[in-house]
Parts: sequence; C-alpha cells; structure tokens
Amino acid sequence: MILNALLLALREIRRNLLRSFLTVLGIVIGVGAVITMVTLGNGATKMVSDQIASLGSNLLMVMPGQRLGPGRDSAGAPKFKIADIEAIQQQVNGLKAVAPVVGSPVTLVAGTQNWSSTVSGTTNDYFISGNWKIAAGRQFTDDEERAGKAVCVIGNTVRKELFGAGNPVGSSIRVKTFDCEVIGLLVAKGQGGMGQDQDDTVLMPLRTAQRRLTGTLDIGSVMVSLKDGTDATAAIAQLRSLLRERRKLAENADDNFNVMDTKQIAETLSGTIGTMTALLGAVAAVSLLVGGIGIMNIMLVSVTERTREIGIRLAIGALENEVLWQFLIEAVVLSACGGLVGVALAFAACLGLSSLMHIPFLFNPAINLTAFGFSAAIGVIFGYVPARRAAQLDPIEALRHE
Amino acid sequence: MSAPLIELRGITKTYGQGQAAFQALRGVDLSIAAGEFVAVMGPSGSGKSTAMNLLGCLDTPTSGEYRFQGINVEQLDRNQRALLRRQCLGFVFQGFNLLARTSAQENVELPLLYRGEPGAVRHTAARAALAKVGLDGWETHTPAELSGGQQQRVAIARAIVTNPLVLLADEPTGNLDSKRSHEIMELLGRLNSEQGITIIMVTHEPDMAHYARRIVHFVDGLVDSDSATEAA
Repeated sequence: MILNALLLALREIRRNLLRSFLTVLGIVIGVGAVITMVTLGNGATKMVSDQIASLGSNLLMVMPGQRLGPGRDSAGAPKFKIADIEAIQQQVNGLKAVAPVVGSPVTLVAGTQNWSSTVSGTTNDYFISGNWKIAAGRQFTDDEERAGKAVCVIGNTVRKELFGAGNPVGSSIRVKTFDCEVIGLLVAKGQGGMGQDQDDTVLMPLRTAQRRLTGTLDIGSVMVSLKDGTDATAAIAQLRSLLRERRKLAENADDNFNVMDTKQIAETLSGTIGTMTALLGAVAAVSLLVGGIGIMNIMLVSVTERTREIGIRLAIGALENEVLWQFLIEAVVLSACGGLVGVALAFAACLGLSSLMHIPFLFNPAINLTAFGFSAAIGVIFGYVPARRAAQLDPIEALRHE
Repeated sequence: MSAPLIELRGITKTYGQGQAAFQALRGVDLSIAAGEFVAVMGPSGSGKSTAMNLLGCLDTPTSGEYRFQGINVEQLDRNQRALLRRQCLGFVFQGFNLLARTSAQENVELPLLYRGEPGAVRHTAARAALAKVGLDGWETHTPAELSGGQQQRVAIARAIVTNPLVLLADEPTGNLDSKRSHEIMELLGRLNSEQGITIIMVTHEPDMAHYARRIVHFVDGLVDSDSATEAA
C-alpha cells in the first residue's frame, strides 16, 4: 500500500511540475534565506570579536576635545604638543610606548599610479602601540626622526595600489609636493573593527609630517600602550591629572581631552554586535515566517483541484488511508527536496558571500536544522492537513468541491 | 427470479438543515437484480442523481436501508464502503472526472492499482479496456487532448476495467452529441448483454433510455413508475 502510494505520489509530482516547482521554491527560499543570513551574521560577529580580541586591552587613545561621538567639540580644544608627549613618557608609570600621531589625507603618486590615503606622522613607538610588524625594509632611524627626512613605511593596500605585487622598498612616492622614499612595508592586518581598511596607511616621521604636510607643531592624537600587568584605571587617572595640569584646567572644569581605553571600545562594539545578532535573529524569524506563508499559500491554493482529485480517487475505490499516504509522501518529498536544495544553496551562497565580504564562514548546524525542520514541517502540515480534510468527506462532496 | 443484487428500502436523503432543509429523496423502495440494464429517468430535482450517488456508496442516506448482495451498506464503515466500490462498482460520471494531465492509460489503470494488481496485469487490462471502448491508439493522450466523447469512453474503460458487478452511469451521454451518445449506449448495451454487467444509468433522454430493458421514473424524490421497455 505504501509502495503504491509512493508510486502515485511521485507520479503526481512529475505530472504537476509547475505546482511542485513552486512548492519547492517556497521552501528553498525560506530555508536558504534564513541559513544564509544567520551564517553570514555569525561570521561577521566572529570577525569583529576576533578583531577586538586582537586589539588587546592595553592601548589608550588620547585625543583633544571632550568626547567621541556626535556633538564633540574638538575644534576649540587645544591640540597636544611634543612637550606633552615627553611629559607623558616621563611622568606616567607603566607605559610601554607613547606614539604621537599627526594625520593628514594625501594623494600619493608613484609612476603612473595614484592613490588617496592618509599619512600618519609618528615615531617608532607607533609600531609598538599599533601592533604593527615590518614585512620588508625597516623602521625609522633616530636620524630620520630628528631631521624629519622624507621617508615612509607603507601599508599593504598602498603597496598594492601603487606598486602591485612588487617590492616597494627603495622606491619613491610623490606625496603632495615632495618625494618620499619607501623604507619599509607593514605586515597586512586586514579590516579594522569599524570596517575600515587598516592597511591603507602611510607612516612618516612626526617631524616630516608636521613640516611638510600640516605646517604646524600640533599633534592630533596620542596612542599610549601600557606594559602588561599595568592597572589601566590607575594609568588613565595619572594621565588625566597630568594633562589637566598641563592644560591648566580649573578644578571644576570638564576635561578638554579624551582618554579612550580600547577595552571601552571593545565593550561598545560588543554591545553593537549583540544588537546586530538580535536584529539578524529577527530578520531570520521573519524570513522563516514569509517562507512558511509562501509554502502554505501554494499548498492551500491547490486544495480545490486536489479535493476533486481526492474525490475521484475515493470514488474509484481508493481507501482514505491510501489517499492520505499519497499526499503525505508528496508533501514530504517536496518539502525534503526543497529543504535540501535550500541548505545546499545557502551553503554555496555563504561560501561565496563570506569570501566576497572577507568574513569567516562558520557552518552552523543548528540553524540549518532549524530552518530545514521548520520549513519542511510547514510544507508537510499544509500539504497533508487539507488533504486529510478532503479525504474525510463523502466522495461525492469532494467531487462537487468548487 | 434470484434474490435482488441491490435493494433500497425507505431511503430518504435530506440536504441542509432546519428551514433550508431540502428533501431530495422521500422514501425510495427499489430492487434491482443481477444482470439488469436499468435507466433511471425523471425531471431535474427529482432525486435520480442523488439515488445514483447513494447506490454508488459515494454518499450516505439520511435514513432507510440499502442492501448490496444482502449486506446492509449502512453498517459498513468508510473503508468497507471504499472496498465495496473497489471490488464491485464502476462509476461513470456526467462530468467524466478523469485525472487531469494523466494519460488515458494511467487513468484506466488507477482502479487496478488500488486493487493491488501488479504492473503488467494493470497494463494489459487497461489496454484491453481501452480497446473495448474503441480507444486503441489513444493510450498516451491526456484528457485535455481528447474530445468529450473520447473522455467519456476513457471514463467507461476506467469503470469496466475491474469487471465490476455493477456499472453506475450518471448521464453518461449528457455532454455528448447524438451520434457519440448512441455509440456510448451501444457500448453499454454490449457490456450488459455480453459480459452480464448490471448497468444502472441516469438519463433524461428517452432515446437513450430505450437502450435499457427497464425504466424507473423518479418524481419529487419518489419512484413514480417502474416498467420494462420493448428491448426487454
């Protein structure tokens, strides 16, 4: 009896290709969308949390102005000077590196290639605080730093844009009005926590940038990295009181500078990721629902035609159970096919998109099973339940169904 | 005369409830012996189709007793009635009721499939039945590719492929022109005389009724007259 039902079910599927295709499509989309979305979301989350972990929690960023974020007032606040950097180095305990940073957007030209990037004027401490390694060439020499020579260390993106795959060390780049010798290449880091390209950077001695690019002795920000085991809270407090003193702030005045702990950034980002994950979950739930409704629709739309079919089958001697088995098998086969195709498609899509978006591909069995199970269940229920109702009618009523 | 194959006693059928209730059959008594060819006639609304559906176990009466080969059909459950349809009855509908997008061959094989006949038997029997109704060469055509008369002949082939005891036909010629109608009636006549299949046929065309050997007239849900024809 089941074998017959299987035969009949497969025949019906083949015979109604369009209906079968639409049913399968509904399930494919329901399953595929959910899995793709959640898998990519998980990958992105993983990537960001990895980046946060790689930042470490012993880095402080000191900037003029009151706070980060909208409405910040950095324009009016006094910038730092080299004397501030020296004072921090001498008077705050437990520091590993103190790197002043002067940023300036520039257009770089090498041969026939040009590229817009940002120059950071800084010291060799930057390699420590920014956790940069040299892939080729070398850091700045004391002489170069003191004299403000036209030398630079470039990031991997700048190398790719200007020199292709070649070794840039020893070549020359035109930065605004002057030529600058490339003395080093940084090891690639990839995307930063905010999605920016960390490798799109050019490092120069602080003095070079001040003299030739910004034309002032101002320092935009300071990157302070703490020795392992240093109490960040104590170091921040020390740094704050030092800077308040140097900037002659009255007892009750607000700070006109901002010390940011990367731990804080990490916490902020974790919060954001939590929100993102919740959002993704909600989107996934909605897609499941929409996919489910699609499946439901196509199943219910064909009920009229199928009710007559059930009437015919009953009239020529089919048992109720035989009809039900046939419809159940049809629903299961279609749902399972749709589910499997959906899973496969989602796998391919995740593979392609994750490499395109530079995020890791994390196969998540739970979401695959959930999406498959949910869609297949809807397919089976809405394929089977109306059939059961029809099969319980007197044959003549099923035949008369309009 | 042998014991009747089919016996109806005081059968009533009411559709709807309360004010809207409509009594289609109001106490029908009828008995039909094996091998008869009965035409059921009557104006529309007289209950002849309802009676036909009850005879075919496609519908259940509101009250009364239906005995088939002495078995009280009312006491059978749904599955037993389905088995009765499967084993003993063949049904030809006015609207053909073939499965769409399904070849003539497969439509005719279907009752055999439910009987559990193996593929080779189904195949041969269905071909033979289609040949009997003059449709050899049309096995692979779907209902949409067949004319009305051809579809009706497929339906008849489907009804007789199981060699039923009784063939129930509800206006088998209702949708056909007169030439096709006569072909179908001659076919039914042959099935009755050559194979001894009991045929009960609803029709409103006196021409068609005269192929039968007995005519039962329904009026207002009751048997009004019951007479033999010249063919008998």
